[in-house]
Amino acid sequence: MTIAGLLGRKIGMTTYYHDDGTAESVTAVEVGPCVVTQVKTDARDGYEAVQVGFLAASKLNQAEAGHQTRSGGKFEHLQEFSVADLAEYEVGQELKADVFEVGESIKVTGTSKGKGFAGVVRRWNFRGGPKTHGQSDRHRSPGSIGAGTSPGRVWPGTKMGGHFGVEKKTIKGLRVVAADVDNNVVLVRGSIPGGKNGIVRIERQGK
Amino acid sequence: MDASALIERKPLDHIQDFQPGDTVTVNLRIVEGDRQRVQAFQGNVISGKHRIAKSPLPGDTFIVRRVSYGVGVERIIPFHSPNVESVKVTRQGKVRRSRLYYLRGLTGKKARIKERR
Repeated sequence: MTIAGLLGRKIGMTTYYHDDGTAESVTAVEVGPCVVTQVKTDARDGYEAVQVGFLAASKLNQAEAGHQTRSGGKFEHLQEFSVADLAEYEVGQELKADVFEVGESIKVTGTSKGKGFAGVVRRWNFRGGPKTHGQSDRHRSPGSIGAGTSPGRVWPGTKMGGHFGVEKKTIKGLRVVAADVDNNVVLVRGSIPGGKNGIVRIERQGK
Repeated sequence: MDASALIERKPLDHIQDFQPGDTVTVNLRIVEGDRQRVQAFQGNVISGKHRIAKSPLPGDTFIVRRVSYGVGVERIIPFHSPNVESVKVTRQGKVRRSRLYYLRGLTGKKARIKERR
């Protein structure tokens, strides 16, 4: 398999024991089955890639439905992945967990959990104010946000409190600990962004 | 789907039912270089319990404490670790709490646990 990755759904975390007794924290991800919905060729699209669909869609607008009937199947999520050899793929082909090899280095992209309106300590790792020495009301305050009359304004991009989470995050340097092709599950070393049932993009990492 | 359900959970037949306060012998596989042997570790269970009917999850552990040459030694043992050869209950203890961390501050006669009959 030469495809760069697949779409998956986070199942949750657990512990995996190797035969020598060492334990690893792993995240179980349901990968696929993804179905090839379109093959993008250099001649037609200007680049080479494979578009895959993941999870059956309950509702599609007409434009989406039109594209997808040609592609055979209705999917909630469509994404493209680069491939080394375009000839290996055709529309309707099913891709399973065996795309990944055990021990392979991967990166996982997902949407992080929402944290709501978060203060600067949580959002930007500010230290907050002193706990003692007569301090009041400033234990988690941001402190100064800039100079005075000059520039006379707050610089754009200044770190402040605000909405935190629900961002696209990529975790690199993860590893496939085990792959179960029958159940389409891959165990990934460590944690990945998002909550349970979150959609994630797993990609092989360039070495 | 539940992540812990995915990992094949071997039945823990080699681990006898125990509860906190029990004295157990844990046979652990120790690898020394290219040799491996089984080492027994006997002590009181101060945390965690095992019931065959309610199998522990992959990440669950229990703690066994013993006093060895006057030094308290505690081992945190994962139920599902392949290094656990067997767990045998040698004495059932009568205790009133589920975590016996108070034993850490006691020595000698005070650190005894009554036997359950």
